[in-house]
Amino acid sequence: MNKKIFFAFCLSIFATVGLLSFKLIKDDNSVRRREIVNAGLTLPGGFQVAVIADNLGSARHLVATPQGDIYVHLARTKNGKGILVLHVDGDKATLKSSFANFGGTGIAIKNGYLYASNSREVYRYKLDEKNEVINPDKPERIVTGLLDRRTHAPKAIALDNDGNLYVNIGAYSNICSEFDHNKTGCPILDSAGGIWQFKADKPDQTYGDGIRYATGLRNVVGLAWNQQDNQLFVMQHGRDELHNLFPNLYTVHQSAELPAECMFAIKKGDNAGWPYVYYDWMQHKNMLGPEYGGDSKKPADSKYINPVAAYPGHYAPDGLLFYTGNQFPEKYKNGAFIAFHGSWNRAPEPQAGYCVVFQPFKDGKPNGAWEVFADGFAGTEEQKASGHAVHRPCGLAQSPDGSLYVTDDNEGTIYKITYKKQ
Amino acid sequence: MNIKITGLFLASFILLFNVLHAQTKKQVTHPNTVGTSIARGKIVYTNVCLACHMADGGGVPNMNPPLINTTYVLGNKAALIKIVLHGFNEDVEINGKTFSNTMSAHDDLNDRQIADVLTYVRHSFDNKASAVKATEVSKVRTVAKK
Repeated sequence: MNKKIFFAFCLSIFATVGLLSFKLIKDDNSVRRREIVNAGLTLPGGFQVAVIADNLGSARHLVATPQGDIYVHLARTKNGKGILVLHVDGDKATLKSSFANFGGTGIAIKNGYLYASNSREVYRYKLDEKNEVINPDKPERIVTGLLDRRTHAPKAIALDNDGNLYVNIGAYSNICSEFDHNKTGCPILDSAGGIWQFKADKPDQTYGDGIRYATGLRNVVGLAWNQQDNQLFVMQHGRDELHNLFPNLYTVHQSAELPAECMFAIKKGDNAGWPYVYYDWMQHKNMLGPEYGGDSKKPADSKYINPVAAYPGHYAPDGLLFYTGNQFPEKYKNGAFIAFHGSWNRAPEPQAGYCVVFQPFKDGKPNGAWEVFADGFAGTEEQKASGHAVHRPCGLAQSPDGSLYVTDDNEGTIYKITYKKQ
Repeated sequence: MNIKITGLFLASFILLFNVLHAQTKKQVTHPNTVGTSIARGKIVYTNVCLACHMADGGGVPNMNPPLINTTYVLGNKAALIKIVLHGFNEDVEINGKTFSNTMSAHDDLNDRQIADVLTYVRHSFDNKASAVKATEVSKVRTVAKK
């Protein structure tokens, strides 16, 4: 009798375990299948994604032509070339050619020229009627002699409709403390930590020829000209190490979430406040920085501009694109896509970011809450949390038919996101 | 019969548990100064270094160099002590990859704290190198001051 009960008990346990494991395996398989279809990414319903190129190198910003080509700028040259030309046909991109003996981040097309930057200079290449570079070996040097002190060295660029070129010159410092010992004012802001304006067509300009268009911006990688209200928008990478430097004022968690990564709508002469000020996205206000008398509660002087939108700390916004296509649903029209490269300064908390965010806009201004648009670039939760992300979003571009391109500078992958009407 | 098997199973389990427990206990109470230096060093690492070099010593691509399997960590101790004392302000190439963030000086740490954290780093993340003594840090600090 006892034996029988024991046997039945064992059998039921075996059966349960067996069924459970079967279910687990089944779930696992279905998840994996979905990942292959979506290139490992999650997207809102109706959107699809394809990997159109892989292993390109450190693919940073890119620009698309109406003829279906894309120019991809690599951070470091690969086989001696820093710019790749690919032709996109459906879900496949084929390498056509490569040129430029310099790596870099910035790349843009305006009025028949391709502009590209390295960490000291901006060049431009004349394009033919098919938007192909006429003489890849002889670019015209437009800007030269910009500071490159390694930290925040990439010079991201944008162009307006009035013949001007905007260049980010990042601050070669976290919070300027090594240059401003007596707290009398950060001296490096005269030549870094801002956006400089140059003429788009005048060769060999340097600091003296340009205008410091906006200052107090620690580092900007994602920037774009908004055609709706004819204004420059920039994404600032906020400061690091609030807790490490001020353990009595900021907890480890606060230091992971603060300060905000900020979107600023820039007008000539604006000051965004770095290093004196940071934006607290939880209190919704500009705060006086702890290096300059702040205590995590004192607000900043109102002379510094406020961001028009703010995002969690250390997400690292590297790409900004205003969507003007007709392929995506109506709500995306004229809104902003932001490529977040992902954090490193959230440790010991889990790292975060590594996603493409959508920020709704109305009449040229952010309108409503941002949402994660494409996620899953980092890989597994463990890879994401530890910061060993597999893919890291960087550049954004819009294809002629309104698809969205996203570059990844870790594995050199290019994604194409499309919307299928249902 | 059943009771006997269960009893045997329990007994072996208890035995195994005791062995494992004894082993952990042995590690904790190891009368080894290197061991205690590593334990103290881990606390310094967590407070000062982890934010940039990460919990696993893997660093951050393009920015903060890894502390794993590199001569900067495993090689000359005086050179390593100097990096902690004075910071590091140049591009560093490790296994074909470049890292460009500036490391600030940490001369506010005392000799023992620096010795402990370097001993921890040289014994962690699969690193195996000799311990660093406070007297060695003191020597480098004095030479640098002159």
